Amino acid sequence: MVIAVASGKGGTGKTTIAVNLALTLERDMPVQLLDCDVEEPNAHLFLHPLLDVSEKVTLPVPVVDHSKCNGCGRCSEVCAFNAIIAIGTHVMVFPELCHGCGGCSRFCPMSAISEEPREIGVVESGHAGQIEFVQGRVNVGNPLAPPVVRAVKSKIDARQVKVVIIDAPPGTSCPVVASLKDSDFCVLVTEPTPFGLNDLVLAIDVAKELDIPFGVVINRSGLGNKDLLTYCRREKVPVLLEIPFDRRYAACYARGGRLVEEFPELKEAFRRLWQRIRALATTGQTEFRGPS
Amino acid sequence: MKELLVISGKGGTGKTSLVGGFAVLAENKVLADCDVDAADLHLLLKPTVRETREFYGSKKAVLDHERCTGCGVCVEACRFGAINMGKGHGNTKVQIDPISCEGCAVCSYACPRGAITMKDNLSGYWFTSDTPYGPLVHARLGVAEENSGKLVTQVRRTARSMAEDQGLDYIITDGPPGIGCPVISSISGVDLALIVTEPTVAGTHDMERILQLARHFDTKTMVCINKYDLDEGKAEEIERYCHDEGIQVAGKIPFDEELVNALARGVPAVTPADSGFNQREGRASKAIRELWMKVSSCLE
Repeated sequence: MVIAVASGKGGTGKTTIAVNLALTLERDMPVQLLDCDVEEPNAHLFLHPLLDVSEKVTLPVPVVDHSKCNGCGRCSEVCAFNAIIAIGTHVMVFPELCHGCGGCSRFCPMSAISEEPREIGVVESGHAGQIEFVQGRVNVGNPLAPPVVRAVKSKIDARQVKVVIIDAPPGTSCPVVASLKDSDFCVLVTEPTPFGLNDLVLAIDVAKELDIPFGVVINRSGLGNKDLLTYCRREKVPVLLEIPFDRRYAACYARGGRLVEEFPELKEAFRRLWQRIRALATTGQTEFRGPS
Repeated sequence: MKELLVISGKGGTGKTSLVGGFAVLAENKVLADCDVDAADLHLLLKPTVRETREFYGSKKAVLDHERCTGCGVCVEACRFGAINMGKGHGNTKVQIDPISCEGCAVCSYACPRGAITMKDNLSGYWFTSDTPYGPLVHARLGVAEENSGKLVTQVRRTARSMAEDQGLDYIITDGPPGIGCPVISSISGVDLALIVTEPTVAGTHDMERILQLARHFDTKTMVCINKYDLDEGKAEEIERYCHDEGIQVAGKIPFDEELVNALARGVPAVTPADSGFNQREGRASKAIRELWMKVSSCLE
């Protein structure tokens, strides 16, 4: 089962939930944790994995053989991203704009364009205790996160592993979609403030758009106001877990500690969270996907 | 006219709350919310929308099933796995998944029957609004859409032309989290990036990544440590790091439930100087006031 942990708003506690859920399950079943927040991966700060494999993530970008180019301009005509511009026989490539679609090389009538791999990030994998750990990092200055996310997800080991936990980036746009796609369940983490509620509604729209059953974890409950709970009740959104605001929890998180190992009451809470996810993911599947 | 960007790398460090404070304190400014896929600044500033514009960020491949012969050239040509041979029969079995479609148009050029066209895709809206604190430019990217960077550029361009037309002194921008496409679109060419961090292992890690990005784009930076008293040891580590890197720590904001309560009421934490509420001003609000003094003098 693939469980994605997401949120519209940043800093609500996605990594906390993903990491502590993995720690709760690791002794009972094979667990994989994928940190798909490739812009700012943080799960490693709490799990200190031994990362023994590192692979480059590359995109194929065009290289022009100027001796073959006849200046027809077909390449810049087909490029949807302004990554290749032809002014006469002078053809310029802007690799950081290139999405690697291969259009220019495919349609060049002179076969003057080949492709070479450009490194945009890295995927690192290893172990943290019994947790199989994978994370991606996009290179600083590179705007394209989704290919790195997809490279991380290509490491999903569905045969060996029973539960895959995905720590997703914040927001609702393409890196989030790439992270959530094809998950069996989505845990949406939020907090009881107007920002938390506003962004939860957006995140729910993403989960619905992708046809993924979901439930909500309310972090720092007790702060803010009651609007979030009212919303969840009215819209029949399942609240999987509430973690009260507690300065001790905040301090534990701040220094990179593990909540389930320091607070017995939270260990219990994460067990209940897992049971609820499992129950909802199973019923959710029949509800959303129909009989196969 | 000076452009200030508030960013953080890590989400939830308090960017929007600070911008809400600056909205109260700064004079002669336009505000811009560049966190286009989870915009929140409007929740504090209560804008009256004056103008709504559609945003067409990308194109999507659309198949004409009548013309399709099911030859499969498009399936092979698409590098994003967006086109599949579905179940079903004959010429109707090719399916394009609009969510996976990158908009590269390779399939439309590759199709021997001209059965695929690229259609403009309404991927969001952007707004120009009035708030009690001045004009605001903000946006809403559609759910699961791409090209947030382009929408950020649109918001910034509009804010800049408003500032020029009205002779305003500042553009104050609430930035997106992360270091990817919308952040890169937000940071290019700003006069100062204020990086908001928090004294946590994640806050420190992400601040270092966003500082690298700022260096990459040659952007002047200052750092603000929010909720510094949640872990004063960690806050000191951040200060030392900034000192060693030659970056000014412009302010330290304490964790103050008053700030959360203001947020819960949907108002900026800082009260205007002339409102007579200053005696009751909380510690966080005072710190934001001092922060703005430092930031604005750095912008001079």
